[in-house]
Amino acid sequence: MALRKVKGNLERMFDKNLTDLVRGIRNNKDNETKFIAQCIEEIKLELRQENISVKANAVAKLTYLQMMGYDVSWACFNVIEVMSSTKFTYKRIGYLAASQTFHPDTEVLMLTTNMVRKDLNSQSQYEAGLALSGLSCFISPDLARDLANDIMTLLSSTRPYLRKKAVLMMYKVFLRFPEALRPAFPRLKEKLEDPDSGVQSAAVNVVCELARKNPKNYLSLAPVFFKLMTTSTNNWMLIKIIKLFGALTPLEPRLGKKLIEPLTNLIHSTSAMSLLYECINTVIAVLISISSGMPNHSTSIQLCVQKLRILIEDSDQNLKYLGLLAMSKILKTHPKSVQSHKDLILQCLDDKDESIRLRALDLLYGMVSKKNLMEIVKKLMIHMDKAEGTSYRDELLSKIIEICSQNNYQHITNFEWYVSVLVELTRMEGTKHGPLVANQLLDVAIRVAAIRAFVVAQMALLLDNSHFITGFSQRASMCEVLFAAAWICGEFSEFLTDPKATLEALLRARVSTLPGHIQAVYVQNIMKLYGRILTSSGSDASMDEDMVAKAAVEEVSEMVAARLPSFVESSELEVQERASCALQLVKFVQKQLTKGQAAGLGAEIVSLFDGELNPVAPKAQKKVQVPEGLDLDEWINEPPPSESSDSEPEVQRPSLFATGNAENAYVESYQSSKPAELTQEEVQRNREARQQEQACNPNYLKGGGKLESKSGMFDVAEVPVAQLDLPVALKIPGLASSDHYLQKQKQTSSKKKVSTKKKKKSKKHKESSDEEELAAPLHVVNTDVGEMPEGATLSDGMDDDNNDLNDPHRALDVNLDEPLRAEETLPVRSHREAVKFEVTGEKKAKKKSSKKEEKVKKSKKQPIMMDLLQNGEHTNAPTEEPSNDFWLDHAEYEAMPDTSQSKLQVEENEKPKKKSSSKTKEKSKEKKKKKEKKVINEDSLVSSLAVEAPTFVPDLKQTMSNKDKNVLICTRPILTGSQLLISVEVNNTTTSPLRSAEISFSKNVELELIPDGLTTTEFGSYRFPQQFPPGCFTFPLLFNVANVNRAYSVKATLIFNLESYQDKIDLAVAVPATLFLKPAPISGSDFAEKLANGEMQHLSSRKFESSKSFQQALSYCLAYFYLVEQVGDTASLAAQNPQGRNVFLLIKSQGTSLSLDGKSDNQELIENVVQSLQTVLAV
Amino acid sequence: MIKAILVFNNHGKPRLSKFYQYFNEDMQQQIIKETFQLVSKRDDNVCNFLEGGSLIGGSDYKLIYRHYATLYFVFCVDSSESELGILDLIQVFVETLDKCFENVCELDLIFHVDKVHYILNELVMGGMVLETNMSEILTRIEEQNKLEKLEHNRLMSFRAPSNPSTPTPHRLGSNIFFFT
Repeated sequence: MALRKVKGNLERMFDKNLTDLVRGIRNNKDNETKFIAQCIEEIKLELRQENISVKANAVAKLTYLQMMGYDVSWACFNVIEVMSSTKFTYKRIGYLAASQTFHPDTEVLMLTTNMVRKDLNSQSQYEAGLALSGLSCFISPDLARDLANDIMTLLSSTRPYLRKKAVLMMYKVFLRFPEALRPAFPRLKEKLEDPDSGVQSAAVNVVCELARKNPKNYLSLAPVFFKLMTTSTNNWMLIKIIKLFGALTPLEPRLGKKLIEPLTNLIHSTSAMSLLYECINTVIAVLISISSGMPNHSTSIQLCVQKLRILIEDSDQNLKYLGLLAMSKILKTHPKSVQSHKDLILQCLDDKDESIRLRALDLLYGMVSKKNLMEIVKKLMIHMDKAEGTSYRDELLSKIIEICSQNNYQHITNFEWYVSVLVELTRMEGTKHGPLVANQLLDVAIRVAAIRAFVVAQMALLLDNSHFITGFSQRASMCEVLFAAAWICGEFSEFLTDPKATLEALLRARVSTLPGHIQAVYVQNIMKLYGRILTSSGSDASMDEDMVAKAAVEEVSEMVAARLPSFVESSELEVQERASCALQLVKFVQKQLTKGQAAGLGAEIVSLFDGELNPVAPKAQKKVQVPEGLDLDEWINEPPPSESSDSEPEVQRPSLFATGNAENAYVESYQSSKPAELTQEEVQRNREARQQEQACNPNYLKGGGKLESKSGMFDVAEVPVAQLDLPVALKIPGLASSDHYLQKQKQTSSKKKVSTKKKKKSKKHKESSDEEELAAPLHVVNTDVGEMPEGATLSDGMDDDNNDLNDPHRALDVNLDEPLRAEETLPVRSHREAVKFEVTGEKKAKKKSSKKEEKVKKSKKQPIMMDLLQNGEHTNAPTEEPSNDFWLDHAEYEAMPDTSQSKLQVEENEKPKKKSSSKTKEKSKEKKKKKEKKVINEDSLVSSLAVEAPTFVPDLKQTMSNKDKNVLICTRPILTGSQLLISVEVNNTTTSPLRSAEISFSKNVELELIPDGLTTTEFGSYRFPQQFPPGCFTFPLLFNVANVNRAYSVKATLIFNLESYQDKIDLAVAVPATLFLKPAPISGSDFAEKLANGEMQHLSSRKFESSKSFQQALSYCLAYFYLVEQVGDTASLAAQNPQGRNVFLLIKSQGTSLSLDGKSDNQELIENVVQSLQTVLAV
Repeated sequence: MIKAILVFNNHGKPRLSKFYQYFNEDMQQQIIKETFQLVSKRDDNVCNFLEGGSLIGGSDYKLIYRHYATLYFVFCVDSSESELGILDLIQVFVETLDKCFENVCELDLIFHVDKVHYILNELVMGGMVLETNMSEILTRIEEQNKLEKLEHNRLMSFRAPSNPSTPTPHRLGSNIFFFT
């Protein structure tokens, strides 16, 4: 034994330890991977040895290699071995390795349960602490469930060190095992008042994390936190608490009011910047939540802004950054107070720190006005030229567009200026925002009618010089602008000065290098222009005579016909299709021209593109209702069997049709087509292809010859000499410059200023009106929201449902104030048998389902509980603690008691206030109800979903039997279309079949059986052709109903032979009048209108005692009626019968009696419906 | 919550990586790489906050870092953490390292990454701040070291303690400044 040990130690001498490994790696920089591979081999050998110290050494080395990026999960068993060592040194190494390499899905974790439990219960606090630290990194749902109880026990350890760690650990347990939250919460709450400040801080930390995702469940803790906030001096904890309050205030404005004062005090008193900053943040949150109804909140805002200014002015960049960040929060609700610091924010735009510039950019949004927009944009444009990183440039570009376009171009007075800004932006290199610029151009052209001539002129120039945009591959996204340019020129072609030149520009052969969707737009707009030229030249009618005009038209047709084939050859299907159509059309025109019959053809082509396009509202596409019977997910043609793996990958093409958000769809679809991630190889390949293309392309401008090659086309005098030093080297003559407008504005404003100065002497009060005059926009903007599909309305919150389903916090959204139920305990340690392992999965599933059931039960119980409350019976909650409402409403309670005396006072105050607290509860309940009502009004379509699960559903099943009770019949009437179907279920409990069964009906003129598959006998009864074997079987009886306004009682007799004797069963099926009704969704306003206009003249009212609660009665009615509105115990309902007759019903509950008021345009119908309801509900 | 704590040198070599959310090894290396690229291109006189990288976090996450001599200390945190608070925490971390290693330098971190982990474990647990009081942290570390030493003495060891050769270390402490 001793020898072995010595031998082991001798071997160890030659092993590398961690230091040797690190040194070796450093010394083998050239062949690091080889060296490490060798080391891993050694480690594998070491792990096979029995000596635990050798193993620990190996595991320590693996931990280091893991950091270098090596996967060491193969050694997880060895890690567990080292973890289970009795030596603290090795245990530490093991737990470290585990915390770095294990994760919740590591399979070996299930082996660690007992070991970790042993360590958690260790005598040494450091061993337990080690286990907690490690566990926090790799805890799995199973471990959480099995160890929750042990960790709970540690919450009451005598050692603060362990309590602290256990508290933090509980949060991880909750995340993995949400069922633990409710039973553990009271203990956690206790820890908020732990004598040790570290434990307190940890508890605050955990509650903050929990409350961040589900704040409403933690409102009741507000008083505890308030006390901590006013008494603690631990800045870490204060920051957390204040952050938590920031999350709670939006839910409870009264809390905010209470917080303002202590927070302002802290702002004044603290020297810690971090605390100051968080206080300001929370004050802002409070002010946002109580934006109205606070008389003196302007002083708080002032204080915040003032303090933030100090932060922003600080030389510390961090404070500057945070100051701006907080400012942007204020900006949303109190833009005025931020605007007064415009100087400071504009100054930050010049900061050397990009993060700070970006934050300042955010604020700019609120800084602009009609007066300074041009100047600010100019400044941003200069920044853009200077900016090095493309991401910052992109940010600037999108910000320029954002601030200009905000509120339907609210601040733009001169759209010529804005269009020229956009045109200038098209010359920015390497930006990804081409689609954004294109979108803006389109939007402006559509919304501002007056600017169209100008836009068209500019766009024609762009098209003519499209090589500037397509020439450089870095501008790839900018070619989207050509999309806009082509469309604008085509759509508003009446403004073109030289349509033929533009047509030529569109037809130029190299357009085929453009992306498919742009080509497609080109083809379409070529045709628009072509039609325009046909109509304009030679006033159409006289064309046949006027030879000059005819020649011109022929020439144009010739050109179009000659160039279109290059589009027909496009690789894009869409382009091919459009181009072929266009080509045929042009050829047809040519033919007619030669025949001399072309008169009026131009007008006809123009009429192809007739009609003005209006802006479409955002979300309009989403609101288009899917027609009934159309299943969008269904395959139109079954997809061919998958060969896709072999065939070449499908090229992602931008969709031509808008998807999703209609307004932005255009942008979205193009963004998706961007080459997302190119591999090195691809980039290289692209580059080569590009270079080749450039070399072959005579239109590509090479290096030095830039201006030379073009100078022939331009008038030399037009090239502005002074602008040559601008970073944007190439200028297209005629393209507007935004500077020009800025200067103009400056001139006019300075003129105005002079004039106002003159006026000032005489009439001071005119000044303001002058300013407004200056700001008056030159162009009218169409600020319509846009078109929507019929019947759809704009609504917000459509996108709110994108919450992360995997967020573990969803499961933690539980009511914590509700008293614990008996079964809610943490699973207690028990010996696990081997078999149990297999069952766990199943068990879990069961648990979940049982939980669901509980939930359902809870929701059912609720209304009853509410009743109890109303009747004045006490539940536990309000008596145990002063209610939160009381704490929030009670003014005297505000100053937190520091002395025991004031505490006493509070307790005295408490008693008489109990009543008032219950009153406030009632009030809040009323509020809730009001809210509910609102919801229903807001979106009546949703309301039917919001109705609680029915508690009393109509059951029309009736059971009958023969004398011996061995044949049972169950009937159920169902409405199918306008026919009545009675499904008859026969349960033959005997051993012999039913033979020669016949059914006969008592006569009813309005109800006629459709004898489907039955044979009629001479006695007017119907015979079943088949035998009915023992057991259950069902047959349908289908009736035509002549009158759907009444109730029926279908009486029939079923006669059959059983064994040797004849037996019979009498059937009586009650069909209530309500069965023929169907819920008819109707909006509240339509409902009211129908009632008011006298359409529903027939009334039937009943009032009767009922044992059913209102909810039950309502839920019964909802089987046939649509809930239009519900206010408390009153509800309006609407339904329709198969003939389209409306039935409106008002159901009211007063004490134990129910009253029904029905209205319809048919007396018989309403009488019968109300009667049928009464018979059911009056029981 | 703290999502990750990364320490790397001026060349992007990782010296400590602690992820409080699971990423596989490749992803971890990519995150370190990306974070390094984001952080290293920033001047020393700009602010210490960065709106998170694309790999780790998202809009809710921030990178908060400090640069000491040859090392970057980066914390990736979500919005529940106070920015200035985390900066303080980094300071506490570095000062603790400085106390434990007596004038800490990059080499200490290279050769004793395990010890650095043990120290960090006393500051942060499972992504939540455990303790910020330096004297408390130091006592805990010392007591645990004592435990190890006791065990070590009991072990019969033939090994001579090996000390890494130290070529002119860059002391981190020289660059420490206190945050107010």
